Amino acid sequence: MSGIRVESVTKKFGDFVAVDDVSFAVEEGELVALLGPSGSGKSTILRIVAGLETQDHGHVYLTGEDVTSLSPQKRKIGFVFQHYALFKHMTVEKNIAFGLEIRKKNKTQIKKKIAELIDLVKLNGYEKHYPSQLSGGQRQRVALARALAPEPKVLLLDEPFGSLDAKVRKNLAKWIRQLHDRIRVTSIFVTHDQSEAMEIADKIIVVNRGRVEQIGNASEVYEHPKSKFVASFVGNVNVINGRTYVSHIAIEGTEGRISQKTEDVPEDQDIVLLVRPEEVVIEETASKDSSIPAVIEEIHYRGSFYEVDLRIGANDIKSFVQKERYKSNPWTVGEHVFVLFTQFKVFEASEGHQAIHRMLKQLGYIE
Amino acid sequence: MSDEHRCVELTRSRHRIGQWLLLSFVLIWFFILILTPLIGIIKETFSQGIEAVKNSLTTPASMHAFWLTLVITASAVVLNTLFGTILAVVLARQNFKGKLFLESLLDLPFAVSPIVAGFMFILLFGPRGWIGNWFSSLNIKIIYAFPGMLIATLFVTLPFVAREVLPVLREFGPEQEETASTLGASQWQTFWRVTLPSIKWGMAYGVTLTIARSIGEFGAVLVVSGSIINKTQTATLRIHDQFTDFNYAGAFSAALLLAAFSFFLLNIIQCIYKKKGSAST
Repeated sequence: MSGIRVESVTKKFGDFVAVDDVSFAVEEGELVALLGPSGSGKSTILRIVAGLETQDHGHVYLTGEDVTSLSPQKRKIGFVFQHYALFKHMTVEKNIAFGLEIRKKNKTQIKKKIAELIDLVKLNGYEKHYPSQLSGGQRQRVALARALAPEPKVLLLDEPFGSLDAKVRKNLAKWIRQLHDRIRVTSIFVTHDQSEAMEIADKIIVVNRGRVEQIGNASEVYEHPKSKFVASFVGNVNVINGRTYVSHIAIEGTEGRISQKTEDVPEDQDIVLLVRPEEVVIEETASKDSSIPAVIEEIHYRGSFYEVDLRIGANDIKSFVQKERYKSNPWTVGEHVFVLFTQFKVFEASEGHQAIHRMLKQLGYIE
Repeated sequence: MSDEHRCVELTRSRHRIGQWLLLSFVLIWFFILILTPLIGIIKETFSQGIEAVKNSLTTPASMHAFWLTLVITASAVVLNTLFGTILAVVLARQNFKGKLFLESLLDLPFAVSPIVAGFMFILLFGPRGWIGNWFSSLNIKIIYAFPGMLIATLFVTLPFVAREVLPVLREFGPEQEETASTLGASQWQTFWRVTLPSIKWGMAYGVTLTIARSIGEFGAVLVVSGSIINKTQTATLRIHDQFTDFNYAGAFSAALLLAAFSFFLLNIIQCIYKKKGSAST
């Protein structure tokens, strides 16, 4: 039996299709990430699962039960907002007790549950504090405890770490994963941060323009992206313009070619090659495999690796080079080298190309 | 060095003179516009002794006028707090066509002169008006009677509660309410436990403004009431009536009483304003 099942859900706001025929399932006890850029419809999908938004078509099932026509009150869910949405006029204790008091649990039960949850979210000593006296991370933990108090069947988190600073965010994300391993409540969290999704989710649902692009675990989504969008959104990626020929792929603005046919795209087509920076290997001399001439433009030390910026014809690309490899034979800026791509994906340079370029720029992957 | 020092000193003293001039100007302006009239009222009120003040305030007509003001104010506060809050909730939480228009309409009572509003109600509810006609067939009098005065007061005080509550609701957003609903709270429970505690200071501020305006309202009520002694004469109308009758002692003592009450309300407003400020941070 699945924990959450969403079946061909569609939602329009006026003429804008926010969610377009979305279907997916979350197994019981799974922690799943809904990953996508802002405006991709991921939050709307979560709100539809919660019943906070009503879909135009489709069905939502929670633990096998069709809840499509149920109000949020009756769905037995826990919901956590990005900005915590704590009840400002209530103490930590009262916030956590809210769902229990509404359900008319008796006082001793409520007390016991509060103590248990305070322990779980490590807020001992803060019971009588008001939200305004807590830090962002603490507030988010109160929101989580409050959502968990009535023992929901599923937990829904809308950008739960979105308004925290980087360090707190990382810690809290890790902690949520540990917490989930302990309590095993079926959960979906919405995020636009692919590293966050890959780090803590059992499964990632990549969403773009209201549609599900791919569902899979982190390595599937990263290594075998099913679409141009997934490839470019999940992880760092180089975008290289080229063209397919009968027996090779030419790269724009250079004599360099990849002596390899691609089955994905027919010949005589303008294409984009997507290559992850760690799949770009730099060689000093041309070989059978690496015949693409490149010029080293910049070299940055990135802690655990080196980032080498290269120019191939009209394309700027990045290569992530292992520290040991770099140190054994460092290059200099301006040096002429050859590159080979150990792995790459080819997509047709259709209308989507421009959009991807824009998005990559926004995300700061390319200048 | 010393030249520079002197220069700094000079600028400082100039600055000080500037500040002093500004303060004196404000104080003089304040004195002319606010304090002198107040002193004038007090002086005039007690010019014929305290006994005269007491007598003029306790005449049946005055007592009735104060009573009527009290009843109208209380009714207006209850009705407009209720309606204003509902209006604010609808405007803040629901989307519908014509919402912007409705919201701009909410400010109409601020923009329209009370006298104009009064005449509007006479046209509408007067014996020959289209709604008044229907009511008079049921033998219910609206104009020159209590219902008309209440409607006029409701009209001029309509925006206060709604205008104070609306921004508070917008600022605190629907998320707390949505959270409450996911935790199983019904709309009613959510309102009492989550929404109301968040907007209470805004409401209190709006209520105080409503009270102040209801008590002080003159124009609209004058037009629709006809100012009939012992029937439709409120405190402000009574003051006006006595003043035009050259009964200065009566007019001024009632005026002083209203001014004192307004002063009291002003202090409450200040307190609420502070609370509201500290509650929102």
